[in-house]
Formats: sequence, structure tokens, C-alpha cells
Amino acid sequence: MTPKRIAGLRFEVLSPQEIRRMSVAKVITPETYDDDGFPIEAGLMDPRLGVIDPGLRCRTCSGKAGECPGHFGHIELAAPVIHVGYAKLIAKLLNATCRECGRILLKDERRDKYIEEIERKRELGQDYEDVVKEVFRLTKGKKCPHCGAEQIEIKFDKPTFFYEGEHRLTPKDIRERLEKISSEDLPAFGMDPRAVRPEWMVLTVLPVPPVTVRPSIILETGQRSEDDLTHKLVDIIRINQRFMENKEAGAPQLILEDLWELLQYHVTTYLDNEVSGIPPARHRSGRPLKTLAQRLKGKEGRFRGSLSGKRVNFSARTVISPDPNLSINEVGVPQIIAEELTVPLYVTERNIDEAREYILRTEHPKANYVIRLDGRRIRVMDTNREELAEKLEPGMIVERQLMDGDIVLFNRQPSLHRMSIMAHYVRVLPYKTFRLNPAVCPPYNADFDGDEMNMHVPQGLEAQAEARSLMAVQEHILSPRFGGPIIGGIHDHISGLYLLTRGEKLFTREEVVSILKPLKITKLPKPKREGLWTGKQIFSSILPEISIEFKAEICQGCEECKKEECEYDAYVVIKKGELLAGTIDEKAVGAFKGIIIDEITRKYGNEETRKFIDNVTHLAIRAIMHTGFSFGISDEDIPEEAISQIHEVIGGAERRVEELIKAYREGNLEPMPGRSIRETLEMKIMQVLGRARDQAGKIASRFLGMENPAVIMAVSGARGSMLNLTQMAACIGQQSVRGERIKRGYTYTNRTLSHFKPGDLGAKARGFIKSSYKEGLTPVEFFFHAMGGREGLVDTAVRTSQSGYLQRRLINALQDLKVEYDGTVREQTSGLLVQFRYGEDGVDPMKSFRGKAVDVKRIINEVLGERA
Amino acid sequence: MTKYDDVLNKYPLPSAVKEELKAEFERLGINKTKARQIVERCYQAYLANLMEPGEAAGIIAAQSIGEPGTQMTMRTFHYAGVAEIDVTLGLPRLIEILDVRKNPSTPMMTIRLAEDYAKDRNKAREVANRIEATYILDIADVATDIRHMQIIITPDEKALERKQLTVEEVKKRIEKGLKTEVEESEGKLIIAISEPSYKVLMDTFDKLRRLVLAGIKEIRRVIIRKDGEEYVLYTEGSNLKKVMKVKGVDPARTLTNDIYEIYEVLGIEAARNAVIREAISTLEEQGLEVNVRHIMLVADAMTADGELKQIGRHGVAGEKQSILARAAFEMTVNNLLDAAVQGDKDSLSGITENIIVGQPIKLGTGDVELIARLR
Repeated sequence: MTPKRIAGLRFEVLSPQEIRRMSVAKVITPETYDDDGFPIEAGLMDPRLGVIDPGLRCRTCSGKAGECPGHFGHIELAAPVIHVGYAKLIAKLLNATCRECGRILLKDERRDKYIEEIERKRELGQDYEDVVKEVFRLTKGKKCPHCGAEQIEIKFDKPTFFYEGEHRLTPKDIRERLEKISSEDLPAFGMDPRAVRPEWMVLTVLPVPPVTVRPSIILETGQRSEDDLTHKLVDIIRINQRFMENKEAGAPQLILEDLWELLQYHVTTYLDNEVSGIPPARHRSGRPLKTLAQRLKGKEGRFRGSLSGKRVNFSARTVISPDPNLSINEVGVPQIIAEELTVPLYVTERNIDEAREYILRTEHPKANYVIRLDGRRIRVMDTNREELAEKLEPGMIVERQLMDGDIVLFNRQPSLHRMSIMAHYVRVLPYKTFRLNPAVCPPYNADFDGDEMNMHVPQGLEAQAEARSLMAVQEHILSPRFGGPIIGGIHDHISGLYLLTRGEKLFTREEVVSILKPLKITKLPKPKREGLWTGKQIFSSILPEISIEFKAEICQGCEECKKEECEYDAYVVIKKGELLAGTIDEKAVGAFKGIIIDEITRKYGNEETRKFIDNVTHLAIRAIMHTGFSFGISDEDIPEEAISQIHEVIGGAERRVEELIKAYREGNLEPMPGRSIRETLEMKIMQVLGRARDQAGKIASRFLGMENPAVIMAVSGARGSMLNLTQMAACIGQQSVRGERIKRGYTYTNRTLSHFKPGDLGAKARGFIKSSYKEGLTPVEFFFHAMGGREGLVDTAVRTSQSGYLQRRLINALQDLKVEYDGTVREQTSGLLVQFRYGEDGVDPMKSFRGKAVDVKRIINEVLGERA
Repeated sequence: MTKYDDVLNKYPLPSAVKEELKAEFERLGINKTKARQIVERCYQAYLANLMEPGEAAGIIAAQSIGEPGTQMTMRTFHYAGVAEIDVTLGLPRLIEILDVRKNPSTPMMTIRLAEDYAKDRNKAREVANRIEATYILDIADVATDIRHMQIIITPDEKALERKQLTVEEVKKRIEKGLKTEVEESEGKLIIAISEPSYKVLMDTFDKLRRLVLAGIKEIRRVIIRKDGEEYVLYTEGSNLKKVMKVKGVDPARTLTNDIYEIYEVLGIEAARNAVIREAISTLEEQGLEVNVRHIMLVADAMTADGELKQIGRHGVAGEKQSILARAAFEMTVNNLLDAAVQGDKDSLSGITENIIVGQPIKLGTGDVELIARLR
């Protein structure tokens, strides 16, 4: 049986009759509870409106708390009041209809023409707002074509006041006028006569929401604290009563009007407490009340907070930490979490014995609950274990603890793309953190500096099947964003393989075996030399049979590529699963780049790629442990000779800057086209100083050599860049704010700090730092560095909020687009045809070869049976 | 033309693939039987690479553009190639494109020239002068003489020559623009103010200063650059309609980064291509790889009904059929109030609506209605 679907929802305005009809109680007193703490009849907490106290039963439906949905009551308003949300529409309607006869200020034929147009657009699902706008524009201030009455313009004064000339219209007057508007005219204003009568926009009866909507809470002190809505309703009833009493007593008009206005104020703020033009109603503590509109609006409002985003059970959250021994599609789950979360086991004849076993167990993979045929959920305890096992029968559900091999969803916020939620297989492990293979960090954008992640256990068999086949990690190795791998080696994986495969490193049998230990490899290849294997051979042992050639990350970009003969060992050649030349680095196995990963996915599919990445991570960690790899301050030491060279370079640049400034002062600087002389000077200085830093960096890296761990990391793409290194060892360089040298500070004396002469344009005075991080900064340098650093922080903060909003808008705009069976892309709600063929060729970006529909070269090579 | 054409034409492959195959065949000199084999394999691969029905193409596109947004910079940087012109880049630019701002913060044009102008620097300069807005202060010194109530303009010969203007032309232009008489004496231009009012004098001076003597008002600056064989003009400011009509400009190869302007001048298809081009180049400049198909989908969603609509409240997202979807996006209360008056119906066909009422959504596996009956 397929579940029932709701066909649609219709929106209408409640009529006074409807409000009275659905009401179960007329509320007349503002009191809520009597002295004994019982709700007062005909008060706001009338027991007929529903129950919130456990144990009591509803007087209307006799349901218990939790069963009874609550029931509406109503308040008869002593005088009509305007509904704020419709005040503007009321003003427009009053001006568009005759003040005498209530007809639309258009001849019937013209009205019909507009109605027809609106009707047509509505049927086509188009926007008809423009037509309605035109109707309102055309009907303004004309003589009535039906009865000939002169019209007086009605001025609308926000939020709820109306003036006809100088004369103020009371809500009663307005309601009377609205009553006169003919239902036949309504469609011309875009209104549906079946859904609304204009006079309903002036309230005479107010629905009172059930108590379940506004439950009162008992504070620790035992005091009752009412919901904001209840507070507001109390105000309304109180004024309503006062108004009624005064009217009956024949109070002067002035007092009545004041009360009327007060009633209007309370009803207005009850509906929306953020209306401009009136002060928001406040709680005793001074906090503005959260009334109806505020409950719906915004991020934490009903729509975005409660309806679009739902809370779930069967979930867990904790800190994450790395474990390279896990497969990429596994997640290490702490024992305590595994004991709390459960997976339902639907008992049948075939698995009843298994289910029984879980119930009888007293340790980890045991049953926590049994759900009986009557739907009752019973906790499995020592006292009832035997009994439950005995009474188990097909159709019951046993909720057993999470165990190895179960499928779970793993998620890290912000969930910016679909790879932010992937399915992993459970591995129950000791300790209290989730463990994951660091190779899956890039799609989650996770690191281990305290990040937390969430885990969800799919409960239905269908959900589990979908998680396994669609959401598993290996299904997401290729990113749909650019059609390349997003999962791959990071950090130590890359340095490890780099150290292993670079050049002709030789390993003895014992070493090879120790490196390959975590892998399931049973046969060693023929040793390259007597009893010795190369690192390249070791790496080859995890390669599937692929043939590929490419330039590695460490490629220097020589003018003419020597290919296999590359002196940097930067040209990778793999033939039939054998690494013949080249170094394995980020370009080969890294996330985002990984050419080998890409190739394996396309040739052997996801499962094989997963195994390869697992092997890469295991192998790389063993390899890096074999040589050992560390990095400390002394790794940035450069000899005296280098330091003096760097000083020379920077000194030269500073002199050059002085020369430029001199030329500028003397007016000898030739401006670059389209720039002022001052701008030209700035650009030239930046250029000179930038070049000086680069040179300093080159000198430093020359002295650091290729064996330096920081250099290895930077060159192989494992972590950091040569620029980071330069800044640590040689010179930090120019600090900038808004892309310019630092110029802010003592504006009136035109200098950045009081250490300098006014108007100093020199390198030092404008934020050039010649120290390195290792040397340490001078106080002035430190200050400028802090300025630049602060800008970076602000930038990040602003960017996250901006891009978050952009993403939300994009998702909202595009979420209903789907590829149909005919290959077109259509908007689901309106059926609007967006594309005749998805992406013009119908190709899935994820399966595409870096954007190309078909990897032509590969196919040609495959057919020709060789690599070109 | 070549012998491979009849083999290729048998298969409905995308033209880009066919082109590549043809080029490869010719490069390797492959015989026909092998070629047929290869094309057949390519076709099979193509079919395997197709998007599956029910795929949430829209959401994937939105994620693919939104996710790299977090990695983009906020800064305005120089434009690669033309260092002189500042162009908004990074996230602010991407937002600008998707918002379809009518006044982008840094409008810019790339003007390519007609054949007989493109190769010659002087001729390019000539076109540039016709385009670049020239003000009186660019070509002359202007002084106000309060005693005689007049404005004295002293033209700079060199500047005039560079701008290819004559004093006569300048005079005519001022007369027309300010609707006053201009006297010429000793190479100077004098505007006499009839009324003895300091205010009138200053007003006239202000007007004069803002008067465009030559060129197009919106184009504040023109830079000439050599791009390969030909000279190309880059401008700060944009006015596509007027620039296209300027003599010497090749209208077919002239671009602006103002998408709304393209929409108004060249129509919806051009606007779609402009959105794609601008978005791709913004992302690429940041070193972010995003498949074109995602951007195409966004551009098509923005232009599908013939009007250029922004992504957001006043465009695609705000015109959703579903009331619940609109209410969940922005302006919750107003959407509900309006829906009630209009008696609107939400047919619960979209994603948000079904999430809200707690039903399976019609995407991916949720879209399949066929149920197999197992015996």
C-alpha cells in the first residue's frame, strides 16, 4: 500500500462565522487560574481549549496531554478593529471602490477585461501582480461610473489609521464600506470571492489559539509563567471588557475612542509586534513580546526553524579524530554511543533465532528494546529478558545495538554540498571520539582541532539500502562540481609517498615487508637489485593495472620536457600497473588533483578506487614512519652567508624605493597610462618590494635544500607553500590593508605611527617587514602585521555570512529543478521548461571527464591497445 | 569533408566530442574500421555518462556554485591583462551577477575594432577618442572672472591634438550644451554671464565642468592594449548601445560586463550567455573549477521565461508557485497573508512544501512510482 498523499493546501481568510463555528469556548475573563491553581472557565486557560498538564483529560475531545491537539476558542470584540496585515490592502480597496455604492471605479466592460486577463495569467501560472497594480492605479480618485458619486481620496496612515480628508474613519465605518464592495468586483483586485470577503479584514471576532499552542511553564520557584501570546490575549480581553463596560455605562465619546484605539493597539501587536510606527508591546522585564508574526518569521521561526528543519532521534555527536587504519568508508564509533543507538530488526520466521539471541545477550551487541505487536515499546532488562525472548514472535521489532558493519550517515556542518553527508560502515571502537580516515577530510572540510560531527542511524530497510548504494563514501570519490576526485591523500600521505617513491631508494626484504605489513599483499615482485627493492616497486604493488603518464606536482615547468629523463624525477610513467618513473605526490594521489585516483575510478569503478585509497593511506603512513619525518624551528636555520645575501637584497630594494620616492618628489616619475603619479609610485614600490621578498625566498630555499622537511612538504603539495617557508626563513614582506600599503594612522600628520616623520613614504613606514617569523618582528613591524592580520579575520567573518546567504538563495531558487525521463530539465511546481537537454549534452558533470562529455583519448588508446 | 564524417554522423554525439574525435583521427591517421570501433565505444561511454532521470540537477548546481563561494576572496583586484582598470572580483562579483544588479560596481567593456581599425594604433586611438568621455578640464584650463562675470577657457593645444578636437568644435559643443554664446578671442573661449549673480556664474561653471565635449558619458576611461595582432580597447564604464554604433567598433565582438545592459540591448539569449561567461570567468579567476553545466542551469533558470530574473526574493525564488516554499524562504508573513486573500492553493509539488508537511519528495528515488510486486 502506498501512503496517502496530501493533494494540496488552500489558503483562505477566516470569516467571523467560521471563527465562531470552530470555537469551543467563548473567552470573556482575563483571568487564567484561580487561587487553587485550577483553570477558570471562560478564561484563557479554559479546560475546553485543550490540556497541557499530564494526567488530565481534555473537556472537548477527552484526549490526554499529547493526544489532544487543542481546540480554538474566541473573543467577541466590543468594537471592530483593523487587521494590520491587511491595512494596506484595505486602503487600496477603499480608494478603488465608490464611497457611496461600493462598486469598483471602472466600467463593467473594462473590469471584465482585467478579470479575464488575471484569470488567464493565473491559469498559466504567471504573475498577475502587474495587472492588479494597474487596476488600482486606474481606479484612483475617479468619479464613480456606476452611481456618479464624487470620490474623496482616503489617506492611509500607518499602521492602522484612515482619513477621508480631515475626517478620521473608524474601523466600523471602514467595515461598513467594505461590506458594500461587490463580490463580482473582487477578482479585479486579485482577490478570490470564495476565499475572502473584504469586511473580514476588519476583525469583529478574534480566534483564541488552543492552550497547546501557548503552554505555560512552571518555573523552579513553583510560579507559573505564561506564554507571550497568553499575555497579549489577556491585554486584549481586559481592554475589550473595559470598552464594553464603558459603552454600556454611556461613557463620553472621547474615552470610548481612546479605549478603541488601545484595543486596536493590542490586537495589532498580538498579530505582529514589529509593525513600524508603533512601539512594540513589552514583557514586564522590558523584552519585546514574541507574538504571532514573530513565531513564524525568520531563521528560528516556525517555517525555517521547525517545519523545514526537523529534529531527529537515533543520532549522535562527538569530537572527531583521525585513524589511518580505518577504510575510508568506515567510521569508528565509541562503544558508549554504539550501546545507546539501535537498529531495528524486523522479526520474521527466518531471523527469529538471531533476534532472540540479541535479547538474551548481556553485552555489547544486545537488544535494548522490543516493540510488541500492539506497538508497545519494552526495555530489555535483566528481569524481563528471558520472558521477552520467550514471547518473541514474527512481526515484532527488536531494537538491537549498533554494531560493526551497520550503515550510518556521517555529517559535518556546514553542509555545503552533498559530500557533507555520506554513509559509513560502523566500526565500534574504544574511547570517546568518532574516528575517520583522514583521506575523507576534504569532502567534509574537517580537521581535528576540535571539530565535532554528527552521526545518524537509518532505521528503515529502504533507507539503509539507499545509504549503502547511493550515499556510501566510495560513491562520492568524484565530485559533481568538477568531475574529479575530491577524496584522496592529504598531508602525511603525500609526504610519505613522496619519500618512498622519489628517486631510486632501495629497501631490504625486511624493510619492504615492514612497510607492506598493513596491506594484504602476499607476493613481492622481483627485486630490482640483488635482495633490494625500490620504493617505486613498493608503490607499484598497490597499483591496479593502469597505464598513464603525467607531470607531477614537483614539475619545475622546464621549457622542454625531457619526459622519462626528467632530472627532478617529476615525470610520472605508469605502465600496466608498474610505476616506472616519476615521483608520487599531490598531483598523483591528492584530493582534488589525484590523477591516478581519477584513472582508477574510470577504469575499475568506485569499489576498486576505495581499496586503492585505503592502501595509499596505509602504505603512506608506514612509509613515512620508516624514514621518520619531523619539522621544527631549527629546520628553518639558514647559514650566515644566506642571511647576509638576503639583507643585501632587501637593502637594495629599500634603496630603490628611496630613489623612486625621490623621483616622485622631484616630479620625475612618469605616470603609467591611466594612473595618477601617486598611484604609479605605489605600484612601483609594491613591485620592487615584492620582488625583493621573492628573491630573499629564493636565496633561503637554495640554502635549505631539497631534503629539508618543510621544503619536502611544500614541494610535494602535502602542506604549506614556498611562500610560507620564505616568510619563516627569510622575510615576511609587505603587509597590506585593502590591497594597498598601510597608510592609515595619524591622518592629520600623514604618517602611520609616531615613529616616523610626517609624509614618510619609505618601505619601513608603510608596513614592509624585513624580518622573518623566525627572527622575530620589531614592535613597529608587529603592529603592521597585526593590522594586516586583522583585515584577514574580518574578511573571513564577512565572507562566511555572505556566501551562506548566497548558497541559501541558490538552493531556494533551484531546488525544484529536476531531470525528467525525457532528458529535459523542468521546474516541478510550475512545469516550466528550463533546459531542453541538461547542460546541452545531457552529461552528468560527475561522470564527465573534467567537464568533457567523453574521455576520447582514453578510448582511442584502449582501442588501439597502447598509449600514445 | 573528411572520410571520418560519415562514421561520426551515424552517432548522436555532442559536437564537442565529434570535433575532438575528428582531430584525433586525423592526427593519428586512423583507418576507418578502427575509427568505427572507437566511435562506437565513445557512444557507449557517452550513454553511460548521461544524467539519470530524477536527478536533482538544480540542487547539485546550487551546491556546486555555493560551496566554492566560501573559498573566494572579498577583495577587488586588478584585472589580469589590464592592470589599469579595477574590476570587482571574487564573491562580491558573483553575488552581483546572480543578483542581476542594474548598476554593477565596476562596469567595464572590452571593445574590439573593425578590421581596418584594429591593426593601427593611431586609428585605434581615434576610436578611443570617440568613445572616451572628454570634459573641458581634460583639454583646457578654466578660470572664472568675477569682476567681469565671465568664464575664461584656455585650451591646451597638446591635449586638443591628442583628443583630436579643434577649438571650433569645442566652442560649438559648449554653445549647444549650455545654450549660451561663446566668444573666441586670442585662442581663448569666453563665456559671458548676462546676469550679475555669483550663483549663476558658479552654476554655469559647474555645468561646463560636467559637460561631455566628446565621447560617451558613461565611459570614463579608455585603455588601448595590444592583444595578439590587434589593438583592443578596454573601458571603465559601460554603454553597449552607444558604443556598438561608434564608427570603427566591431559590434559583434564587443563585450560588456554589465549583464542587464546586454539583456536590454541584445535580448535574453545574449543575457544567458553573458551570465555564463561572467560567472565562469569570476570562478576561474579565483582558481575554482566548476563545471559549466551547473552555471548553464543557473543561467537558464534565470532566463527561462524570457525575462532576466535574479536568484532570490525578487526573482526565481520569489516567484515560486508554492506558497509554503515562498514563506519558508523570505517574507513569511506577507506571503501567507497574500495567499489567503487570493485564495491560492499550494499543490505540494515541490521540495520544501513536501518537507514541511512530512511527505516524501519527488526527486531521485522518491520520484519513482513504479512498484514491483513480488510473488
